[in-house]
Amino acid sequence: MTAIPSQTFVAEETSIASWVFTLDHKRVGVLYLFTLLALLALGGAFAMAIRLEHLGPGETLMSPMTYNRLFTLHGVTMVWLFLIPSIPSAFGNFLLPIMVGAKDVAFPRLNLASYWVFAAGSVVVLVSMFAGGIDTGWTFYVPYAASSPTAVPLALIGIFVVGVSTIMTGINFIVTVHSLRAPGLGWMKLPLFVWAIYATSVIQVLATPVLGMVLVLVGLDHALAFGLFDPAHGGDPLLYQHLFWFYSHPAVYIMVLPAMGVVSEVIPTFARKNPYSYGAIVYSSLGIAFVGFLTWGHHMFVAGLSRFDAGAFGLLSMLVAVFSAIKVFNWVFTLKRGAIALGTPLLHVFAFLVLFFFGGMTGVAVAATSLDVHWHDTAFVVAHFHFVMVGGTLTAFLAALHYWFPKMTGRLYPERPGAIAAVLVFAGFLLTFVPQFLLGNAGMPRRYATYDPAFQGLQRISTVGSWVLGAGMLLIAAYLAWSLFRGARAGDNPWRSRSFEWRTPSPPPKENFVRPPRFDVGAYDYTRPLEGEDE
Amino acid sequence: MIELFRRLVRLPPGASSFADGVDRLHAALLASTLVVGLFLLVVTVRFVVRHRRKSDAPLTERVASSRRAEAALALFVTVAFVAFWIVGFAQYGAMTAPPADAETIYVEAKQWMWKFSYADGRSTNDVLTVPAGRPIKLVLTSRDVVHSFYVPAFRAKQDVLPGRFTVTWFNATTPGTYPIWCAEYCGVSHAAMFGSVVVVPTADYDTWRRSGPGEDAIARGREVATRRGCVACHSLDGGPAAGPTLRGLYGAARPLADGRIVVADDAYLARAIVEPNADVVAGFQPTMPTYHGILEPAEVGALVELMRGLR
Repeated sequence: MTAIPSQTFVAEETSIASWVFTLDHKRVGVLYLFTLLALLALGGAFAMAIRLEHLGPGETLMSPMTYNRLFTLHGVTMVWLFLIPSIPSAFGNFLLPIMVGAKDVAFPRLNLASYWVFAAGSVVVLVSMFAGGIDTGWTFYVPYAASSPTAVPLALIGIFVVGVSTIMTGINFIVTVHSLRAPGLGWMKLPLFVWAIYATSVIQVLATPVLGMVLVLVGLDHALAFGLFDPAHGGDPLLYQHLFWFYSHPAVYIMVLPAMGVVSEVIPTFARKNPYSYGAIVYSSLGIAFVGFLTWGHHMFVAGLSRFDAGAFGLLSMLVAVFSAIKVFNWVFTLKRGAIALGTPLLHVFAFLVLFFFGGMTGVAVAATSLDVHWHDTAFVVAHFHFVMVGGTLTAFLAALHYWFPKMTGRLYPERPGAIAAVLVFAGFLLTFVPQFLLGNAGMPRRYATYDPAFQGLQRISTVGSWVLGAGMLLIAAYLAWSLFRGARAGDNPWRSRSFEWRTPSPPPKENFVRPPRFDVGAYDYTRPLEGEDE
Repeated sequence: MIELFRRLVRLPPGASSFADGVDRLHAALLASTLVVGLFLLVVTVRFVVRHRRKSDAPLTERVASSRRAEAALALFVTVAFVAFWIVGFAQYGAMTAPPADAETIYVEAKQWMWKFSYADGRSTNDVLTVPAGRPIKLVLTSRDVVHSFYVPAFRAKQDVLPGRFTVTWFNATTPGTYPIWCAEYCGVSHAAMFGSVVVVPTADYDTWRRSGPGEDAIARGREVATRRGCVACHSLDGGPAAGPTLRGLYGAARPLADGRIVVADDAYLARAIVEPNADVVAGFQPTMPTYHGILEPAEVGALVELMRGLR
């Protein structure tokens, strides 16, 4: 294999200061990636502890207060600190400028600032949760959150700060896609990952300020008894729920749209095939981003909404499912008459398709309003959103991690443990969460420290599943860490992909391109050989 | 059939008039999910088997979808999803519209217990006794944080909010004892906020009710209205006073000062007592003080029953 190019973004400068103050989007992406992996490990450890507690129906290992703090730690860490920034901040930062043929993002200093703001916000959130202990759940419902004897305000400040970093990244990506595309690279030639990140950035920039506003108001309620949401002072708790979900429902699409972008890259590369319909995938991304703003009320069917509101939100939620269904069919039919290689990234994408399909269809089920009455706030909903957020976003994150590993490091990971780990993660996930659908059917509410002994059988299967899932994740961590130093040399384009990011050396040099990029062969054109390919 | 489905997916027995419909929709959705999922699985496996990469670097033909195919797909899933929504929303509509002849029971939640008050002033903690085969309407409120009243066997759930009154109803079909759980996280003992609904045959229920305080609901409402000073500003006979008369109020359409028109149902009236300035009736000044934390839920219930009697 070819040697690693000497002029890479990693080798160019090696001092610590060159990383701390880097203006290189690739280094910012790498900083994000390592930080996010650490946060993922932390959130995963909390999840394992939650599952361990549920081995027995009563108090198994910890007091109810400790359990309540743990599910809050798990939710806050995973949602706010891992899933929302995950794919855009790590892979978006690394790849988006290369994919549009630019040397960097539009505002490199803002990009660096967004990382450090994110790191500071994460530290504040974690410190507040460990020091004070927060038991409100990641949703901070008032008036409980305003009266809970915990360190809520500090955590809110931390999440607010993380939100500011999200807005910075979103603005940066939007401007980059608008203004830094290489000559000749029109909108409808952009890689689908760029479209997905673009749609995500639009949601981030429009929705996150609402979150910031709500967090400030809850903080004021907590600290000064402001009374906006607390009926004891004339406020309205439903107003809080509306404002919270106005951000936090689109946040689901902030998590899952980038994942869809990854899937839209991995399938064409490993099937060596153009997407079945590029247009349908682009427009359904934009459709999801738009309609996603109009569905927040489906979190509130039993909260005291009017019947008309509930019906409207249910119907609009179905539209998201229509766009998602179009995507799923297009991904599957992209395989048609391809040349399919079952690499590890594709295995994770297959897991994504199965889990996202069931996550999506259970979403249709809860949007059929009457069923949600029974399932709302039960283990069924927990299973549903884990299918979408873990089955969707996390498996796509793992696919991205493997797919772009050679791009970022210049080395390959070993395929056999890769395939084993993909199977372990998939099987472990199903074993963990399928029982939770059944528990929800049986009426097991969520956020219960203890439970009815009748549920113990299913709870135990779920806990064993979490161990299989955890083992798969540890295996991935082990062989990727090994590959980072010992992996075989990958060459510039080990997958022989047509996507633009592979037309530059791997790892790329500091300014991304040795020669000015050319886009005369499209990102998914497998009908003719690439320049320099021996076909 | 439906019983077999319930056992397969671990649903509790269906003990309310909603349960069968909701579970049938559940079964239909699950079945169509599995059929479409199986179809996608077969298609995917077929593609993977037939189109496995054989040589190292093949080129492939361009395969593109037709606009017509994409449109047909979009139309098909839209029709299917909207059909599910129509059935589900029709059921939801019925679940949120109590029939006019339903008996009202007032529910007050607090960390971490349930209190049930009947119209005649009798109240119980954590045990809700209801008749089989008669509609029961619940008017719910919370004294502290958000709770959620959940009876899995009835497929019924309603959030319980402080400072608001929410309404739900059910018609229990089968005598028995069913768990009530709190479904909205409400603090350290959330998992211990447990109650039971005891569904008894109608005759037993009536006997039980007669054995209670035995007060006539309207008489008790009159007593509360006098003792708490309501009659200083509200006449009971339709005569003019500082506030609206209580006669003929129940079930009437009320024009509000801000132009909206609301129907004076149980939830509206209960809220109007506790939080009078939220919805001021047109033509009156917002001068009534709040009774939040002053009136017991049973007293609010008695006043609403009085107004129902003064039609």
